[in-house]
Amino acid sequence: MKQRVITLASASAVLAALLVLWQLVLWIFRVPPFMLPSPWAVAQAVGARLPSLAIAFAITGEEALGGLLASIVAGVAIALIFAQSRWVRRMLYPYTLLLQTVPIVAIAPLILMWVGAGTASVTLIAFIISLAPIIANTTQGLVSVEENMVHLFLMHNASPAQLLFKLRLPHAVPALFVGIRIASGISVIGAITGELYAGSSRVGEGGLGYSILYASSQLQTDYLFALVLAATVLGFSFFFLVTFFEWYFLHRWHESARTPEVE
Amino acid sequence: MTIEVIAPEVEFAGVTKRYGNGPTILEGVNLEILKGEFVSIIGPSGCGKSTVLKLISGLTMPSAGTICVDGMTPKNARETVSYIFQDATLLPWRTVRRNVALALELEGAPTDRREEKTGALLDLVGLRAVADAYPRELSGGMKMRVSIARALATNPRLLLMDEPFAALDEMSRDRLNEEILRLRTEQNWTAVFVTHSVAEAVFLSTRIVVLAPNPGRIYAVLPVDLPQPRTGALRTAPEFDALVGKVAHTLREARSQEQRAEAKLDQEKRDEASSMRRAR
Repeated sequence: MKQRVITLASASAVLAALLVLWQLVLWIFRVPPFMLPSPWAVAQAVGARLPSLAIAFAITGEEALGGLLASIVAGVAIALIFAQSRWVRRMLYPYTLLLQTVPIVAIAPLILMWVGAGTASVTLIAFIISLAPIIANTTQGLVSVEENMVHLFLMHNASPAQLLFKLRLPHAVPALFVGIRIASGISVIGAITGELYAGSSRVGEGGLGYSILYASSQLQTDYLFALVLAATVLGFSFFFLVTFFEWYFLHRWHESARTPEVE
Repeated sequence: MTIEVIAPEVEFAGVTKRYGNGPTILEGVNLEILKGEFVSIIGPSGCGKSTVLKLISGLTMPSAGTICVDGMTPKNARETVSYIFQDATLLPWRTVRRNVALALELEGAPTDRREEKTGALLDLVGLRAVADAYPRELSGGMKMRVSIARALATNPRLLLMDEPFAALDEMSRDRLNEEILRLRTEQNWTAVFVTHSVAEAVFLSTRIVVLAPNPGRIYAVLPVDLPQPRTGALRTAPEFDALVGKVAHTLREARSQEQRAEAKLDQEKRDEASSMRRAR
């Protein structure tokens, strides 16, 4: 507990130092506010525009979460197919690499064209971008079961379904969480990037990416900073959400998920 | 005196095993293991000790020859066979209790019988206190006890053990050796036990099969005529030491077979080379 207080205190000290440095830069170099607003101006922008920030936060969060959940469902299903045989993996794996390497900004206009502007296409973009790490990690987890474990199951005449549900799937859960952790970060990035292209169909309101475009076109730099702050908070929320679920499912038996000791 | 019908539990007839076009792992193995025997298989590394167990369990098929387990093919006999691996192979996401129940669960035993049997086994191997712990909280010796309990849960007639205590310290190993003998007296299964340790083989077995390498084959079969039941005190008895010495000596001979075989091979190669030179 005491250590936690120390960690919190030192992290806060760093933050304070950064804010002071920020303010000093403004004073010394006389930076105009449309280039770099003061920390206080950003705080005021957050306070004044809290309702629209909250709406943008919710829209982007919904899109990213929707894409992430869909990619977990689809990714696990695809990994189950990949785990069936080495041949299937050889045939299909290059295409998941394709998923990973195609720059999302390159296909976003296509998706916009096919699906139309709005949350649906943004969710689709978040889904596509977070699919590859889920597939790769889950497949790895499904096929990396120790040979002796499989032999043990065979010795007791286990059915293919028992092998899958009592051995391979539970064995893959830690790897699945590695995939989800990676995917959760990029699903937020995917949703924001998607909004830069696909915006929102809701009149007058858009997610964080849409609002960032709007704020920068209006030179509302303080609001822009507030939006960046909100995007960071969204990314952190996803991270903590995933960490919580990982801890919940794994802490009793898996080494990686034990409550980390703060030094 | 009662007369027991002695039928072979395991029978190897002219068994040869080769993986693909690789080297021959086992060649011409003939072996009968009778009900109630405790047979240890010992030999230098790479002589196919573990392959013998894989063949008995039907996890791999012989390239030539036949194997009968309880008069059936190895695969059909699996229901009455349990296998204990070198590492405890516990499922880390299951508690001790649910690991012990695994074999029964896979074989579709009803829940109440499963619970009753699991509880009895936990008592038998002294794990009642840690029944709800996860494997990562256990020591190596305790993990192996869980593995043994799981193997015994299905009431096997035949227990295959592949160097189960190799990774343990000597104290735990000795204790588990005594435990294994106690369980066998109570439950009367037949055992085939692969080990590197001569002392362990002598302490546990009624018979020791010494394998020679390259290709793996039976070099000698030594009976162990030490009194039953055996206790830890046996380890300090002179007749135990004498037998350990005898087995160790035979094992050394078996290993020198390999060196002689290699020397012979080298000689053949040299002969061949010189005859080729002559031909030119």
